[in-house]
Amino acid sequence: MRVFSQVTGIVAPLDRANVDTDAIIPKQFLKSVERTGFGPNLFDEWRYLDRGEPGQDARGRTENKDFLLNRAPYREATILLARDNFGCGSSREHAPWALLDFGFRAVIAPSFADIFYSNSLKNGLLPVVLPTSQVDALFDACGRELGFQVTVDLQAQTVGPVSGAHFAFSVDPFRRQCLLQGLDDIDLTLQYKEDILAYERRRRVAAPWLFQ
Amino acid sequence: MPGQTLYDKLWAAHVVREQEDGTCLIYIDRHLVHEVTSPQAFSGLRLAGRKPWRAGANVAVVDHNVPTIDRAHGIADPVARVQVQTLDRNCRQFGILEFGMSDPRQGIVHVIGPEQGLVLPGMTVVCGDSHTSTLGALGAFAQGIGTSEVEHVLATQCLLQRKAKNMRVEYFGVMPRGVTAKDLVLAWIGRIGTAGATGHTVEFCGEPVVGLSLEGRMTMCNMAIEAGARAGLVAVDEKTIEYVRGRPFAPAGALWERAAQEWRRLRTDDDAVFDRTVRLDVGAVAPQVTWGTSPEMVLPIDACVPDPAQEPDPIRRQGIIRALAYMGLTPGTALSDISIDKVFIGSCTNARIEDLRAAAEVVHGRRVASRVKLAMVVPGSGLVKSEAEREGLDRIFRDAGFEWREPGCSMCLAMNADRLEPRERCAATSNRNFEGRQGQGGRTHLVSPAMAAAAAIAGHFVDIRTFT
Repeated sequence: MRVFSQVTGIVAPLDRANVDTDAIIPKQFLKSVERTGFGPNLFDEWRYLDRGEPGQDARGRTENKDFLLNRAPYREATILLARDNFGCGSSREHAPWALLDFGFRAVIAPSFADIFYSNSLKNGLLPVVLPTSQVDALFDACGRELGFQVTVDLQAQTVGPVSGAHFAFSVDPFRRQCLLQGLDDIDLTLQYKEDILAYERRRRVAAPWLFQ
Repeated sequence: MPGQTLYDKLWAAHVVREQEDGTCLIYIDRHLVHEVTSPQAFSGLRLAGRKPWRAGANVAVVDHNVPTIDRAHGIADPVARVQVQTLDRNCRQFGILEFGMSDPRQGIVHVIGPEQGLVLPGMTVVCGDSHTSTLGALGAFAQGIGTSEVEHVLATQCLLQRKAKNMRVEYFGVMPRGVTAKDLVLAWIGRIGTAGATGHTVEFCGEPVVGLSLEGRMTMCNMAIEAGARAGLVAVDEKTIEYVRGRPFAPAGALWERAAQEWRRLRTDDDAVFDRTVRLDVGAVAPQVTWGTSPEMVLPIDACVPDPAQEPDPIRRQGIIRALAYMGLTPGTALSDISIDKVFIGSCTNARIEDLRAAAEVVHGRRVASRVKLAMVVPGSGLVKSEAEREGLDRIFRDAGFEWREPGCSMCLAMNADRLEPRERCAATSNRNFEGRQGQGGRTHLVSPAMAAAAAIAGHFVDIRTFT
């Protein structure tokens, strides 16, 4: 997995609650059998005025000039700021893939939907939960300063501007370690192969119908 | 020590190993696979030189991308065709049972799982699809996962996770006529919001839930995810056991008796403690219609489109303004005055035989309103379709002007050719009314099958309680 330790970059303030994974990456792009190439279609229906289809060249499309990510300097943003319940809806892992492919490395919000949160951590996209008041403060900072930048530091578990106050956040210690070291979940689990086999032996006796 | 909830019991029975920090390795009994969220997982497996841990625990089906008409000609969309063929190839290579497009058992993954007896009470079930929560209706711990976890389950038969909290949703009172499982679950989502159950596994209980059929319970658990829940659950009772009995993959003979005895214990202890309890009086629930772009934006049919000026919270107010603009609605409009262009009866929420019967009963002997451009019924599976045809439901729908389609996910998420055009308004029995969900610019209103059928006939939403 991709390592995450620290990222400094422009914050894109997406001032909406309940941003769902259908909005992050619409269904027609889920026909791909790859993990990459979703960046040009991130937020497709908000970002373009025409209908997006898989495989088309994004350069020929009509952009929605009003949409945040079509405006300078947010095309280069690496940190997304949003409101409550970010990533709700479908379990599609194409959502974190698309955010990463666009260039985002972290998403800051007061809360996330469970499956999106878990999918992000498994791909090196860091979901940062901050209290609403601190998220408000970051939105205010984005409003005051065009191209406002923060550093998200997973080692220290802090987020804040290059100079100024930092906010503390926390990530599950096990997940944090996986991200910092780029550990592969499957390798980790297979270290406990004997435990899984022992469990299966017990269950075959207790509930044999599960192994028909 | 207090008693255990059903979720506590299911969890405890599947812990392979617990780390010091509370992260657990839990064993997965059944993994259901479909074409959209699995190709990258199989590629990962291949790249690492791994094999499925227990191929027999996996069952695959094609549902999201398949056409619902002209199947004899295959899949016209070349990108979708490749994805379906990729699943066929992966299943062949790794020895996984697959119901392909021409298999009579093919259908929506969450419909065929219980139908085939592939999902049993007491199981842990996962699928790369958020609506896996449907299967909790059988007293199984069933959850949606992402593609990395699909690969993890394929390779290890386990999932790494922490236990969620327990939420009880207790319904009481007498079910009014015209109110269905769909209305009960929408009313709950409207009450607690789309993030109201985040971090919880939800158990639906109370007499009105016990009174529902297994299919109705599936409708409720299906939408548990729309409130953000990890999973939905209903305790096992004799109805559950009778539902499972005799299904193709269910145990038989002496093993059946033993399993059924075990399953009868799958209920919450009387003295169990929940982290949160929500109580709802079903007597106060009316047929529900969503008006916005999130399932929590829902109201009873006799209400009006809300006025954002009445909303004190600025973020919520902005959300309402944006939703009304997208939906093309004006505050104060009666929901029953909203006209529709299309009707979709289908999806893992409401495409089982009882749903089709309920819709057919409303449609019988009537005609779809002339302003409705398309009214379609998409059965949840090949077996649901053939049962409906045996009962003559297809004739009732066709005679009324509905299209009768082949099974699949269809216009619930519009990955195939079935979709809304910009600004088209749809009465849908599915589960999500997000912007663009049923097609770019499309406007979705979620309702029960009977309410969708009545809207098709009237050309606008109507109160099924007084529709004659």
